[in-house]
Amino acid sequence: MGLVVSAIAFLFAVAIAGAVAKRLPQASTVVYGGTAAACALIALWAALRLAGGGPDAALVLPVGLPWIQAHLRADALSAVFLIVVNLGGITASLFGWGYERAHHESHSTSQGGSQGHSQDGPVLPLYPLFLAGMNMVLIAADAFTFLLSWEFMSLASWLLVLSTHRDPETPKAARLYIIMASFGTACLLLAFGVLATAHGDYSFAAIRAHAPAAGAAALVVALILLGAGSKAGLVPLHVWLPLAHPAAPSHVSALMSGVMTKVAVYAMIRVLFDLLGEPEWWWGGVTMGFGALTAVMGVLYALMQDDVKRLLAYSTVENIGAIVIALGLALVFKAAHTPVIAALALAAALLHVVNHSLFKSLLFFAAGAMLTATGSRDLNRLGGLIHRMPTTAVLALIGAAAISALPPLNGFVGEWLLFQAILNAPALSEWSLKIEIAVVGAALALATALAAACFVRLYGIAFLGRPRSRAAAEALEVGRAMRLGMAVPAVLCVVLGVLPTPLIRLFEPALRLLVEAGPFDGRAYQPWFWLAPTSAIGNSYNGLIMLVVIALLSVVLVLGIHRKASDRVRWSIPWGCGFDGPDPAAVTQYTASSFGQPIRRAFGSTVFRARDHVDMPAPGDTRPARLSVTWTDPAWVVVVEPLARAVGWLAEKANRLQFMTIRRYLTLMFLALVVLLVMVAVTQR
Amino acid sequence: MSDLGYDAAHMLGAVVLLMSFALLYQRRLFSLLNVFTMQALALTATAAWQAYSHGEPHLYITALLTLVLKAILIPVALHRIIVKMKIHRTIEPALGIGLTMVAGVSLVTLSILLVLPVTADATALTRENLALSLSVVLLGLLMMISRRNAVSQVVGFMSIENGLILAAVGAAGMPLVVEMSVAFSVMVAFIIFGIFLFHIRERFDTLDMQKIESFRGESD
Repeated sequence: MGLVVSAIAFLFAVAIAGAVAKRLPQASTVVYGGTAAACALIALWAALRLAGGGPDAALVLPVGLPWIQAHLRADALSAVFLIVVNLGGITASLFGWGYERAHHESHSTSQGGSQGHSQDGPVLPLYPLFLAGMNMVLIAADAFTFLLSWEFMSLASWLLVLSTHRDPETPKAARLYIIMASFGTACLLLAFGVLATAHGDYSFAAIRAHAPAAGAAALVVALILLGAGSKAGLVPLHVWLPLAHPAAPSHVSALMSGVMTKVAVYAMIRVLFDLLGEPEWWWGGVTMGFGALTAVMGVLYALMQDDVKRLLAYSTVENIGAIVIALGLALVFKAAHTPVIAALALAAALLHVVNHSLFKSLLFFAAGAMLTATGSRDLNRLGGLIHRMPTTAVLALIGAAAISALPPLNGFVGEWLLFQAILNAPALSEWSLKIEIAVVGAALALATALAAACFVRLYGIAFLGRPRSRAAAEALEVGRAMRLGMAVPAVLCVVLGVLPTPLIRLFEPALRLLVEAGPFDGRAYQPWFWLAPTSAIGNSYNGLIMLVVIALLSVVLVLGIHRKASDRVRWSIPWGCGFDGPDPAAVTQYTASSFGQPIRRAFGSTVFRARDHVDMPAPGDTRPARLSVTWTDPAWVVVVEPLARAVGWLAEKANRLQFMTIRRYLTLMFLALVVLLVMVAVTQR
Repeated sequence: MSDLGYDAAHMLGAVVLLMSFALLYQRRLFSLLNVFTMQALALTATAAWQAYSHGEPHLYITALLTLVLKAILIPVALHRIIVKMKIHRTIEPALGIGLTMVAGVSLVTLSILLVLPVTADATALTRENLALSLSVVLLGLLMMISRRNAVSQVVGFMSIENGLILAAVGAAGMPLVVEMSVAFSVMVAFIIFGIFLFHIRERFDTLDMQKIESFRGESD
């Protein structure tokens, strides 16, 4: 435990070094190198801890409020998330080092050439602080330390978002983010307040020992779903996420999207499974419902986006939905006293947490590579990058395939486990839950299929076809550090897809801690290459067989094509639909919007009120025809705007308080004092 | 503790409270100052009596401080301010006696109801003293909000301080440092008030808060 605390302290030292020496050329090497080293240390410690077992590491630091102190503790659950956070930290440091240097060079050669390139805000000192904040959340073992770390993490990431403040979109995103982050923290504060009222002790151990009454527990569940959900991006609290995540530099976007949302998931698990004691069945029902809504809405949003990073951020919303569905299922099965199935669902959740952190980091890195190479995040200005950036293209393909849940990659394993848990719904006695789980399963299937469509669109438009802009045509492959930063998560995606069982074995202590069972309980023989959970109704998954079969089929297919197909190459100029220009094929190929049109028509016209407007010139008119698409975000119309109006109205009313006379203020204070004293006097007897 | 000691302490505390009531309805500034002086004298007597009956010599210092500051320096200084500013003839519209008394009595009731159950395990004298001093504080607050003249608001503030000293004197074992710091904070507050009064007067030609409030740009 001392090791983890020293590593976090080291992150603070690195941050100070970055702040002091930010002008020096070696500063970024020191900061990113130091951060990666600290993260590697913590991740290694957590992995050894999980594999080796042993008692929880705990530490009480004499800092913070004098009568509370800072309780730190790393149990199995913390260790799992420590691995996730620090693995993301290592790859992001690697990528960020190359990214910063590439942008520094491009910035010094062409003064402020293309949009989004200039990074004048201080990233270096804040980046280690952000990682330190997330690590502190994971090892906090009292409510005060937890909230302090949580807010520290929020503020550090907020400042990182602001580091691109030259971009006109950023201030709006940052303002919305700080509002939502404060709202989330306020909810968490109230939740812990309710949890600790019974006995006034804020340490997690004391909260765990005194389970709250039913009414208070219900309040806590609602507050946690609001508080942690707003950070994780649960619909309809997700509005800040697709604005704030893309605004930061790409490696920070990867951390925010791939890792910080997982810290929010950690908060949900910690409270719902650990601190609140025995769950009631409806907690899981509500959680699952929000998860399903989030999954479907998130991917539908993603399908409408043309901005690569915003698309990825919306896809994060979808994946959080899937994770929250798994959490809800685990709660339901835990409440129904079928711990083995609960362990299966929770294993699916944790596996998806790891998976999503890997492939979402990878995809954000790929977006950063595209941004570095072309200076644009707009899909409609990319295209044909597979020829210019072959390594990035291959790595991004792995990420896209993994997030689309294609076997034998890790995304598939996570979804497979989750569906095994869903298929166990008949084991429940509550009929409303049986029906809800069926609906949720359908929604999840829909979301997964749509996610595949979404990433076919992303990959196809960005990497295939012909370049849609001069910048895309002249793109250069990114540097070695950035490619390595992408390669590490890509390799892990493949490895975890083929051999998921050791990782799930690693989760077992955490699962035993939370639901008092493991996914393989009661199964005598469990080889390390075979994934066959006890409650999977006889189903099993073997990544190795899958890999071999896919490889064989691919070879057969390639051979077949080469044998049967004509090998005569015919070169000709394609018909350009009457367009004239240097590359008519680039103009007439599918655009991002036209690729998304079928799904936009099918779903968007009702959910988003998406409308296509065609402006057709009269015959003989030489102006071009225009097709424009408009859509409205229901979360804004239904939730955010009414709330904003209500807050404005209240502020208007409260504004009067500012213009009162001194004597009135004194009177108000006096009356408040008297009222409080009366309350005390009344409650005394 | 002898019965006499208890009774005398109780009576002196009650006199302080009584003076607080008297402060509430004084309409002339000079009589207000006189009553305030009497309250300070009663407080001095309380402190001295406690020092004598408990055998705690440091309370004599408190008594001396109260006597010099509250009973002599501040009243004399306020007196001079009033004369200098030529407002000694001002008749101040305070609340009606009946209404003030009703409010004051209910505040005293509240503080007794509040303090007695909370301090169930303390000695009788401490409990009563705390109840009395809380009443004095609340009455001082009431005076501050019911008066419009800045000088009488200053007097209200000083009587709040008196209440605090009363509590400090009554609670056995209150360290001297606390009393000293309270005394000096009263000093500082008084100096600041004095400066403010002159400045307000210079600027606005009045010490009536209601008139001054109309000078604020933003009020409607």
